[in-house]
Amino acid sequence: MKIAVCLKQVPSTDTRIKIAPDGKRIDPAGVTFVTNPYDEFALEEAIRLKEAKGGEVVVLSAGGQGAVAALRNALAVGADSAVLLKTDADPDALAVARLLADEIGGKGYDLVLCGKQAVDDDAAQVGPMLAEMLDLPCATVVVKLELTEGKARATREIEGGVEIVEMPLPAVIAAQKGLNEPRYASLKGIMAAKKKPVEEKAASAAAAKVEIVSLALPPARQAGRIVGEGAAAVPELVRVLREEAKVL
Amino acid sequence: MSILVFVEARDGKIKSNSLEAVSEARRLADEGSPGEVFAVVPGSKGEGAAALGAYGADRVWTVDHELVARYQPESFVACVLEAVKKASAQVVLFPASAMGRDLAPRVAGRLGAGLASDCTALDWQGGALVATRPVYAGKAISTVKIAGSPALASLRPRAFPQMERRPGTSAAVEVLGITLDASRARVRTIEVGASEGGRVDLTEAEIIVSGGRGLRGPENFHLIEELAEALGGTVGASRAVVDAGWRPHAEQVGQTGKTVSPKLYVAVGISGAIQHLAGMSSARCIVAINKDPEAPIFKVADYGIVGDAFEIVPALTEALKGLRVGS
Repeated sequence: MKIAVCLKQVPSTDTRIKIAPDGKRIDPAGVTFVTNPYDEFALEEAIRLKEAKGGEVVVLSAGGQGAVAALRNALAVGADSAVLLKTDADPDALAVARLLADEIGGKGYDLVLCGKQAVDDDAAQVGPMLAEMLDLPCATVVVKLELTEGKARATREIEGGVEIVEMPLPAVIAAQKGLNEPRYASLKGIMAAKKKPVEEKAASAAAAKVEIVSLALPPARQAGRIVGEGAAAVPELVRVLREEAKVL
Repeated sequence: MSILVFVEARDGKIKSNSLEAVSEARRLADEGSPGEVFAVVPGSKGEGAAALGAYGADRVWTVDHELVARYQPESFVACVLEAVKKASAQVVLFPASAMGRDLAPRVAGRLGAGLASDCTALDWQGGALVATRPVYAGKAISTVKIAGSPALASLRPRAFPQMERRPGTSAAVEVLGITLDASRARVRTIEVGASEGGRVDLTEAEIIVSGGRGLRGPENFHLIEELAEALGGTVGASRAVVDAGWRPHAEQVGQTGKTVSPKLYVAVGISGAIQHLAGMSSARCIVAINKDPEAPIFKVADYGIVGDAFEIVPALTEALKGLRVGS
C-alpha cells in the first residue's frame, strides 16, 4: 500500500507569540519549530499501516527550506522518502492544497493522511480541499482508522459524540489527536534517515486568496482578584458571580 | 451583493450557529451594496425555513432527500455548489461547527475560492470581505482579506449575535432543484454515537468546569462533574490530564484541544500552561481554584480562590445547589 503523508512545520505549542515589525507575521526569533502535532498522528498512522500491511510511506511538505527538518524527522521515524515542494511565497491553504494535489495526483497512492489542522493558522482546510481537488472521498477529525478490503472505516469526532463512516480507497484522512500515540525517532532511525532521499522541487504557489492584512496579540486579560482562601471563600465567590459578573 | 448561508439542521431543527450566520449575512448585506441573503438547508423538509426570514434571509432553499437526511459530504457539497450558482453568490457563509468545518473547505476546494475559517468578526473593506480570526489557538488575532468571488468564511459559533433583524418577516421557501447522485456519495455513515450523558459540546457550552493535575487522579473527577452538573455546564480538562489518560481528548481545552469562549469558565487545579490559556482566555468570566497563589491561571482569572480543591469544590457545588433550590 502506498501512503502519502502531508506535513507542515509550525512553532511549537509552548511558543509565546511575538509579532514581527511588519505587523503581519510572528517574530521567529527564539521560536522552536516542530512538526505540526496533528501531522504527527497522521505520520504515525501511516507507519503503523506500513508495518502491518507493507508498502511505502512518502512524506510531503509545501513550504520553505525549514520544512526539511520536519521531513527528515519523518524519515527518521520510518517514512521511506520525502518531497519538499519548495516555495518562497506565503501560500494560503488553497495554494498549498493545489501544490500537494498536483504532486500526489496520478501517482497511485492508496491513502493520503494529513493532520486535521495546523496549530499555527488553525485553518483546518488543506485535507478536505486536497480531497476535492483529487476527487477522493475524505474524512476529517479522525480518531480511529481501520482499513479492510479496499475500504477505510473512520471514526470522526463531532459535537457531543462520534460518527463512524466508511469510504472506498483511495481516500484522504485528516487526523485528530487520539488516533494513536506517535513514536519518537530512534538513533538507528535517525542514522537510516540520512541515507533516505529528500527530493526538492521548485514549486510556484498561486497568489494567496486569503491575504494577511495584520496580525496582533489579543487584548491582554487583566488579572482579577482573589476572593479568599479555602472553602470559607465560597459564599463570596457565589455572590460576585451573581451580582458583579452576572453569570449565575 | 448576494450572500449565501449554509444552514445546518439537525433532525429537522435549525441550529443556533446557523441563525447567527444568517443574522451576520443580513448585517453584511445591509452594510455592503444592497443585495439578497439566500440560505440553503440540506436535510430539511422546510421546518423553520420561513422563520429564517426574521433573521434576515430573503430566500431559503431546502433539500429533502435521503442522501442529505444526515451529513453526507459529497451530497452537501453538491447542494451548496448548486445554491452558489443559483444565487450568484459573492459571499458564502458557514457556521464553523463540526459540519461546517468539514464542508466549507470542500466547497472552497471545488470553487477554487478563498476561505477564512472560524472567524470571530467580518466586515467590508474597500468592497472586499475582511475577516478577523484567532490563530495559534487564540494567542494571536489575524485579520485577513478574502480576494476573489465568491469569498468564503466560516463563523465561530457563539461569536456572532443571533438577531431577529426583521421580526415577523417570512422568507420565501423553495425546493432547491437538484438531482443528487448516489454513486457520488462515497462517504457513508455506519454509526453515530453520542457521548455519555448527551452533554452539550465544549464549543457550544455556556458554562465549562475544567479540571487539571491538581485533582491528583481520574477518580477525583467526579468533583468536577458534580460542579458542572450544579452549574448546568460541560466538563473540560487540561492537556496534562488528557495526556495522562485520565480524561478523553474530546474534553481537552487549549491548543491541540478545543478553543472555547463560554460565559463562565471554572478552572480547578489547572496551573495555566500557555497552551491552556490560549484556548480559554476569551471566556467572559474566568474563575480559578488552585492551591498555588502564584499559578499563571490567576493572571487571567476574574475571580480566584486559593486553597484545596477537595474542600472548595464540594462547598461550591453545595452552595450552587442551594441557589437552585432557592431561586
